[in-house]
Amino acid sequence: MLKLPIYLDNNATTPMDPRVLEAMLPYFNERFGNAASRSHSFGWTAEEAVDYAREQIAALIGANPKEIIFTSGATEADNLAIKGVFEMYAEKGKHIITLVTEHKAVLDTCKHIEKLGAEVTYLGVKEDGLVDLDELEKAIRPDTILVSVMYGNNEVGVVQPIKEISAIAHKHGALFMTDATQAVGKIPVDVNADGIDLMAFSAHKMYGPKGVGALYVRRKGPRVKVTAQMDGGGHERGMRSGTLNVPGIVGLGKACEIARLEMAEESVRIQKLRDKLEAELLTVEESYLNGNKEHRLPHVANISFKYVEGEGLMMGVKDLAVSSGSACTSASLEPSYVLKSLGLDDELAHSSLRFGLSRFTTEEEIDYAIDHVKVAVEKLRDMSPLWEMFKEGIDLKSIEWQDH
Amino acid sequence: MAYSEKVIDHYTNPRNIGTLDKGKNTVGTGLVGAPECGDVMRLQIEVGEDGVIQDAKFKTFGCGSAIASSSLATEWLKGKSIDDAMKIDNMDIVEELALPPVKIHCSVLAEDAIKAAINDYRTKNGLPALEEIK
Repeated sequence: MLKLPIYLDNNATTPMDPRVLEAMLPYFNERFGNAASRSHSFGWTAEEAVDYAREQIAALIGANPKEIIFTSGATEADNLAIKGVFEMYAEKGKHIITLVTEHKAVLDTCKHIEKLGAEVTYLGVKEDGLVDLDELEKAIRPDTILVSVMYGNNEVGVVQPIKEISAIAHKHGALFMTDATQAVGKIPVDVNADGIDLMAFSAHKMYGPKGVGALYVRRKGPRVKVTAQMDGGGHERGMRSGTLNVPGIVGLGKACEIARLEMAEESVRIQKLRDKLEAELLTVEESYLNGNKEHRLPHVANISFKYVEGEGLMMGVKDLAVSSGSACTSASLEPSYVLKSLGLDDELAHSSLRFGLSRFTTEEEIDYAIDHVKVAVEKLRDMSPLWEMFKEGIDLKSIEWQDH
Repeated sequence: MAYSEKVIDHYTNPRNIGTLDKGKNTVGTGLVGAPECGDVMRLQIEVGEDGVIQDAKFKTFGCGSAIASSSLATEWLKGKSIDDAMKIDNMDIVEELALPPVKIHCSVLAEDAIKAAINDYRTKNGLPALEEIK
């Protein structure tokens, strides 16, 4: 039986895997100890659980367990990495390079340190969302300390050439950091093969709980240090003070273990469903895929249906939980900056829907989504003056629109 | 953010979708908004010799609230004299549809569309435009 509404917004957050919840539960009550308590078994039990989770997480990303710093999520990990590197390596330089399509957790952190004297280059991307490697290399200066490029984009799913980017950064003596929130647990990520020095990720994007994430900080070749942004008990090798969220950490560990064991098979199945959804929806007249088709996360599809406004479209598929690049609800009325960075007209950005599939998405749900999106697009085009003009052969660009 | 029942009703069963012959002198057309802003409304009225609006049609590119605002506007316009139609205020639309603050611009757009349609009708018939659009 098809259960409505259908959740296809898994880039925002994923439901927890029941196996993750089960692993976490004992750590809310009977195993409630503080992992920093060294004097009794309550503390040791908690610490053991944390150590085990560290191993599970490290195994997924090819790291050493000691290189995992627990945080409250990827936003905090991004903050710690960028602010921490900026402070720690201030003597070496103050220049940082990132992309305009990064998550706000990176962009706003960069804006913040600019006020503290950092110089940040925000590189544009090509029309397919990928970074231009030559441009990146040209942007590097002798005082560049960090290159921060996200692994997989949250809106369009584009996967950047991480190995090539890190090689360029290292060639010029800069550290390489990546916000891999959408990638870890979805596609193979290996900190050594990929040349990653710092990496932020989060549990709730990979079937784990909200409120917990981690920053990978390389310990060897080179040994990377970040200045703590939270002062206190000196937890996490002094880089992140605060009592550890033991149940959350256990959940993140379990989520990573499941991902490591099941990702290969699972991503094939999810991608097949995504490809079906995408192929069907792209048969709709004047529909466009956003972002590079090939270098992409397997579970994301971002499609613009021209002459239909995204929020209106979402209302027409009210039993589908998706998101849109339209920002009709935002006070600024600005559509997605990521889609605009890909060179999309505002109009096409307003017309986009993002579908994010998950481990729990079924073919029946995808079939439902295909049918209902098609019907809604048709209905809205019947009432769209722009569609009528397009059909009459009127060039919309020739009209003098009034802004309001 | 949840939509009000009235917005959902107008969105689900929009009144008076369609196109009137803009070549006719009795038809006034208002096209307001911009595609890059995410909403465009086209509102049309057909006016009888007595100055009463006989028919009203709309097409809207926009969110549910924009569609509902224009649908409601056409409902209100039918049977109104031009003078009374000029008095429709965007806040009446806000109230009727229970629009949240972030959606007030949709009602402003609908009011603009009404005035633009009336002015188009007046200009076509050799009358001066009535009021500057907000």
